[in-house]
Amino acid sequence: MNYALMIAGMAAVTIAIRTAIFVLGNRIAFSPLLRQALDFVPVAVLSAIVVPMVVAPNSNGLEITWRNPQLVAAIVAVALCALTRHQLLTIVAAMAVFLGWKFGVLG
Amino acid sequence: MTEETRLSSYLAGARDTVPMIVGAAPFGIIFGALVAAGPMALWHGQLMSATVFAGSSQFIALGLVAGHAGLLVIWLTTFIVNVRHMLYAANLLPHVAHLPARWRWLLAVLLTDETFAVMTGYYRRHPQAPLGHWYFLGSALSMYVNWNIWTVVGLLFGAAFPQVQSLGLDFAMAATFITIVVPLLGQLPRLATAVAAGALAYLWHGLPYNLGLLAAVAAGIVVGMALMRVRARDGAAQEDAA
Repeated sequence: MNYALMIAGMAAVTIAIRTAIFVLGNRIAFSPLLRQALDFVPVAVLSAIVVPMVVAPNSNGLEITWRNPQLVAAIVAVALCALTRHQLLTIVAAMAVFLGWKFGVLG
Repeated sequence: MTEETRLSSYLAGARDTVPMIVGAAPFGIIFGALVAAGPMALWHGQLMSATVFAGSSQFIALGLVAGHAGLLVIWLTTFIVNVRHMLYAANLLPHVAHLPARWRWLLAVLLTDETFAVMTGYYRRHPQAPLGHWYFLGSALSMYVNWNIWTVVGLLFGAAFPQVQSLGLDFAMAATFITIVVPLLGQLPRLATAVAAGALAYLWHGLPYNLGLLAAVAAGIVVGMALMRVRARDGAAQEDAA
């Protein structure tokens, strides 16, 4: 993969998105339907990336088992985040559980 | 009341963005460390922070690179993830429409979630602010400089401790994403979106060019919107009955 090309394309897309409205003014309008769809984008994209990483971390079929440290730590992260709403605390705790499980419990 | 100058407006914007900067710093470090642990060169990570300057899409790109996605999927995903900035810009437009083009370009390129949040508060308090664009620049530029500094720190950290890769640091990315998603799941339609998009992304991960990811995202959005419609209709029906 040509990473410089990948980044250049990402930058072009992002800059076009950011500048379109400020530069072109009110000539761009969003339909209510599109606004509604945009509201679901973060949840959909992030879930679509995280779930396969967690349930099949080795790209080798489902690993729904206590021997999967990604799955154990992800469950802890979901619970902790729902309870505390504290982002950094959750990340640090989830990493600790992940590493503890991988190297401590499973060795 | 003290006289407002360009400098004082600029500095006030930077000052009011400090909490956002503190919040973003660890993510800049994690981003840099993940780049160092992955297949990209260090300068690629810095180039991304300098030119894309959009944290969530930068993390997602790393996730897609790790999953061997194609260029087109990465660019499309970048578009989908970042298109919310258009809504921010539309929201702020009345306050910047009078500025010269070079100012509008500059502020638009540096617009982030954090600066949008700060500017929304500022324009609510100061609907008529003749130097508001200097405040805007102070907020946006301080975010930019800090994001790039923390990226360097993360890159150097990751390069100095290459063994973090074998530790499975990429789980930090999954954990980061979880903390962004979970607070959004309070409403049933969004929860349904998460479950549908997640399950379908797994089921469809074998599709060519990682298109399964985009298909799962689209399907998840449709599920969420359909559920929202059903609930709105049922709610209206109940009100009619009452």
